[in-house]
Amino acid sequence: MAVFNRVESNRNIENAIYDETVLAGDGWMHELKPGQALRIIDIEGNQAADTLFFDAENLEDHYSAVSTIANQGNIYLSTGTVLLSQSGKELVKIVADTCGRHDTLGGACSAQSNTVRYAHDTLPMHNCRDTFMLQLSKYDSRYTKRDLAPNVNFFMNVPVTPSGGLTFDDGVSAPGYYVEMEAINPTLVLISNCPQLNNPCNNYNPTPIRLVIWDSL
Amino acid sequence: MSYIWKQTIPAGGKWSGRIGRGKSVTFTAQESGANVSVLLYNIHDLTERYNMPDTLKAQHTAHLTKGHVLMSDNGRALASIISDTIGWHDTISGYTTRSLTHQKYGASTYQESRNEWRRNGEENFSMELLRNGLTARDIVPNLNLFSKVYCDEEGNMNFVSSHCKKGDFITLRTEMDLLFVLSNTPNPLDLRGTYPSVPIEITVDEAAPVSSDDYCLNFRPENKRAFENTWSYDLLLGNKTLSTI
Repeated sequence: MAVFNRVESNRNIENAIYDETVLAGDGWMHELKPGQALRIIDIEGNQAADTLFFDAENLEDHYSAVSTIANQGNIYLSTGTVLLSQSGKELVKIVADTCGRHDTLGGACSAQSNTVRYAHDTLPMHNCRDTFMLQLSKYDSRYTKRDLAPNVNFFMNVPVTPSGGLTFDDGVSAPGYYVEMEAINPTLVLISNCPQLNNPCNNYNPTPIRLVIWDSL
Repeated sequence: MSYIWKQTIPAGGKWSGRIGRGKSVTFTAQESGANVSVLLYNIHDLTERYNMPDTLKAQHTAHLTKGHVLMSDNGRALASIISDTIGWHDTISGYTTRSLTHQKYGASTYQESRNEWRRNGEENFSMELLRNGLTARDIVPNLNLFSKVYCDEEGNMNFVSSHCKKGDFITLRTEMDLLFVLSNTPNPLDLRGTYPSVPIEITVDEAAPVSSDDYCLNFRPENKRAFENTWSYDLLLGNKTLSTI
């Protein structure tokens, strides 16, 4: 088991400029200015906040999972991780984390991948990539399915073994755990609060997340 | 080995091309220590492409070898790995950039080095993508054939230097009409301080249709459903499926 790097934030919610709860199955899109901080709180625990990042100055430049993990030589995201775009631009840095491990290899659920993973009859079920597309379609007409890059799954534990196995595990996140990140450059954050009902990692019970933003210190 | 087409990609080189469904595509390392970075797209809808997370989580694996199916973001089987002498291919480490290549191997320019100029994955991909109507926006997590990168319990990524031997090969069977975009550039986590000089040979031949006892089809129930999605797509387009089932 990895040694968790638990780092609490000094920021006080009373000083926040934004505080919203996003229900399971809903999407959210917001621009962070450099120095602003976003905290994602797993209100009830064991939820997955599927999150994508875009360079707000170049909408086509999206988060790169492989560049981010190869750059730090480690597949898990936690305090200290700098999330990079496709072009290598630094988007945000994780500055506090009471969960300790976040996944970026597992990607987001989709109607199509649900048919492969679970059963053909899951096709009509709600899923994160549909939520991403709905948010992107409302944000800017330049976005297309090409912009759905592999994302971050905050609060999700997807252990990889030395022999090359990969599993979806429970037990890392708990009620009130949070992750906090500061924008290094202007960054669009896109979240799908995962509606997955087929996966034991949220105990078949998707729950709300709370999103809190502070201005630069 | 029989083939209907053959091509060698020198170290640092790139290639893109369209290979129809039902072909076997064999990549052979001409020396030890090879790495070829690969992107795959559906020829008929270039927004459908290889999806690393969907491929890994559907098969509960963090590496690729015989039996694994390369899945698209639309839940279909793009290609399957029907033979593999090496047991592990990487898909989590990405590709090199110009700055990383300069940092690891020293700056080089075409002006000074001519054909020994050390090229990188990002620029090779960008050129071949543009040739095919795509841009760097369409780069997704890629395959790194012949490279082994494993993770320890803490998640640290470890590159295995002695993994690929001369003559090692992997054969992909195309399950859809595919655009291949290839860059014969080092794995970004390769520990060697010298830019590898390993040509890759590619041969393409006809593959036997997928039968009910096919190894990749039966490797996991998820794989069978991905094949079924591909076959439904073919039927709706009016194509004959490549299955004999």
